[in-house]
Amino acid sequence: MGELKSWKELPLGAITFRLSTDVKTGDWRALRPVIDQNKCTKCLLCWLFCPEMAILWGGSKVQVNYDYCKGCGICAHECPVKAISMVPEYEGEAL
Amino acid sequence: MSSPPAAPKVPHEIIIFEPGKKYELPLILNLRQLAEQRKPALLPGHRMCAGCAAPIIVKLASFAFRGPTVVVNATGCLEVATTIYPYTSWAIPWIHNAFENAAATASGIEAAVKALKRTGRLKYDYIDVVVLAGDGGTYDIGFQALSGMAERGHDVLYILYDNEAYMNTGIQRSGGTPKFAWTTTSPVGSAIPGKPEHKKPIAEIMVAHRIPYVATATPAHWVDFIKKVRKGIEVNGPAFIHALSSCNRGWRHAEELGIEVLRRAVDTCYFPLWEWTPETGYLLTDRSLIIARNPSLKQPIEKFIEVQGRFRHLLRPENRELLKALQEYVDATWEDLLKRAVNAPK
Amino acid sequence: MSVLEVVPKYPREKQVMINVNGDEAVAYALKQSYVDVVAAYPITPQTIIVEKFSEYVANGEVHTEFVAVESEHSAMSACVGAAAAGARAFTATSSQGLALMVEILYIASGMRLPIVMAVVNRALSAPINIHNDHSDAYLMRDSGWVMLFTENVQETYDTTIQAFKIAEHPEVQLPVSVHLDGFFLSHTLENIYALPDEAVYEFLGGARKLVKTKVDYFAEEVDYALDPGRPLSLGPLALYDYYFEMKIPQIKAMEYSEKVIKEVNEEWYKLTGRKYGNGLVDPYKLEDAEIVIVAMGSSAGTIRSVVKKYREKGVRAGLLRIRSFRPFPRKDVKELLENANVVAVLDKGIGPGSFGALYLDVVSTLYTSKSRPLIVNYIYGLGGRDLQPVHVAQIIDKLLEDLKRGYIPEEERLRFIGVRSS
Repeated sequence: MGELKSWKELPLGAITFRLSTDVKTGDWRALRPVIDQNKCTKCLLCWLFCPEMAILWGGSKVQVNYDYCKGCGICAHECPVKAISMVPEYEGEAL
Repeated sequence: MSSPPAAPKVPHEIIIFEPGKKYELPLILNLRQLAEQRKPALLPGHRMCAGCAAPIIVKLASFAFRGPTVVVNATGCLEVATTIYPYTSWAIPWIHNAFENAAATASGIEAAVKALKRTGRLKYDYIDVVVLAGDGGTYDIGFQALSGMAERGHDVLYILYDNEAYMNTGIQRSGGTPKFAWTTTSPVGSAIPGKPEHKKPIAEIMVAHRIPYVATATPAHWVDFIKKVRKGIEVNGPAFIHALSSCNRGWRHAEELGIEVLRRAVDTCYFPLWEWTPETGYLLTDRSLIIARNPSLKQPIEKFIEVQGRFRHLLRPENRELLKALQEYVDATWEDLLKRAVNAPK
Repeated sequence: MSVLEVVPKYPREKQVMINVNGDEAVAYALKQSYVDVVAAYPITPQTIIVEKFSEYVANGEVHTEFVAVESEHSAMSACVGAAAAGARAFTATSSQGLALMVEILYIASGMRLPIVMAVVNRALSAPINIHNDHSDAYLMRDSGWVMLFTENVQETYDTTIQAFKIAEHPEVQLPVSVHLDGFFLSHTLENIYALPDEAVYEFLGGARKLVKTKVDYFAEEVDYALDPGRPLSLGPLALYDYYFEMKIPQIKAMEYSEKVIKEVNEEWYKLTGRKYGNGLVDPYKLEDAEIVIVAMGSSAGTIRSVVKKYREKGVRAGLLRIRSFRPFPRKDVKELLENANVVAVLDKGIGPGSFGALYLDVVSTLYTSKSRPLIVNYIYGLGGRDLQPVHVAQIIDKLLEDLKRGYIPEEERLRFIGVRSS
């Protein structure tokens, strides 16, 4: 996420100087949404409801931006045709 | 499981309004058109909890903006999680001052815009001022500033995103916490079963101020929500929108039910959808209007509380009377609203 | 005020004499200062400022948007919003009102917004008292505001206008408060000289100009304001990895403001023929003074007249009036008190458990001085108790005794004058 700046390099006053798009919140996930493109009707409700702005519509296909998706599952729950399934992000044995 | 596919390249952009041009973005309610023509005011990478409804509220509200807009954010979950220095998730101009003064800060901005315009120094035809404040900064500590702003008639849209407790500081009760809800300062104990007091009727209090526009909304009923935000912006003077905002942390519900639980809040008439203007009086909208016309669609309050841990104690057999009291309260306030609503069937 | 050495651009004949009290003088200065937003809540003895200014607004004499806020906290909050939106913003208050807005004072400074505020100094409750002392000013001492104390109504008028220039200087960008004593100045009529409107407009450079700053996500520098053309986020959450660094520029700006206060004082002198010491300190007969009284505000006038009388008797007395309380002019105070043998610092306020705020600043400044004078703290004037010439005389007489004795016992360091003890 970059080096910490010294006081001399900061902008004036109390304003942020970077965009949060540098922060990849995708590493929060425990569950990952997977879209079955065959079932998807491209209604875009998942795009609408995603709190992370992590569902992408390029004009032809609905895709998940895994850089930011936190795996909340709202998209899967709201999908009217159940085209999205939440699958575990990690496989492995519990310690 | 293989590693996730590479993220597609998307320009998550800052929203720029170049000075000197006239802006009047049309209201879009078609999802395809929204996805193609509107950019959310919130960028990804914010630190709100997974499944929080607040960023959805901000996103939907921003789809209703019509041009240059400034957001004033009270201290709270939204403010803190979207601007952790040095990062910001805001694609539009944004200011946070303190907890209780979002309405006062917005008043100052609105006054400045007027003064700058009057002296030919405003680079735009207008700048809309929108407040985003939680129930913390609105019901209680922020109420004075809100009431003052309403009384003085500032042209500001105040959106209350109500998650029914002081969530950012760890789920303490607020004036917006409903009766019987568990919070850390109104816990369910052997002597007292959650918050003893009812939720303050904040939207009705704003109606009593007789400002040009007051409405209740949820992001689950998104068409209704976007339309109401747009009305609030267009109206000349103070507008207030009470938006219910689910919180899976504080309400203790599953993350994926963030929108579902808000739907149930309306279906059970716990949180009816309406709007009010001095000319029209109370008007039910969307699902609440449908329920008024088809009372059989009204769900029992269990449907709302059964998915939330903060109300779990009400489902125990020994608390049957409390559940009954809650249902009676919801029924009584719904009946009262039906009496006042101009478009409710008589 | 100093004797004219140059011909000012606006000599007296070109200025207008007006008969106003301190509050009216502030309102008049505001009228001329092209202020965009005034958000204020009434409190005695500031009320005349807002009342007078409301008249100007009602008569269309100013373009200012007057916001009759519902509390002082909202007054300063609205000023923060207005200044962030690019407007020149002003408010005024006293005492309890200042106490109520203290939270936002720190925010205004931390956000580097050049707001100007008139503080009509009044005692803090309890008990409630509407008269003058400096306890309210001391409350905002550490808030990061430039704080200038005026001695008379003329200086109040001059300083209010100067405040905008100091605040908006590109290397300062800090809020500035102008302190006038309640009732002693706010409600006392004086004949003062005012500049013509266009002179003030020119002095301030017209409307407020925004400064620019640089963030990583815009290639060029952008206006430090809420600008839909170049959106910024003002007022973020800064954690322990950045808060400290963000404070340093604010501290540096306060240090730099010393230079700007002096420059503006000089500029004003060339414009009007009036100056107040070097802008930071206003010394009287300190070149050879043995006995010095340090004070702020309107009492300086009384003290000066008594010092004059003692001089006539052959006593080498002097007065050091502090004009800039924040930033505290350490260098000037150290230099001017170099040859003093005994100093009394007069404070019109005190934090119980320690000394008056001015005394603490003076003593810590003198600690590293080559010759440390005997020094005592006199608390006076609390709750509007008048400081009379006889009191000042008592102080000087006692200082002469202290001088003869050659030391100050610790239990006699904190003294009170003008209070009934029996």
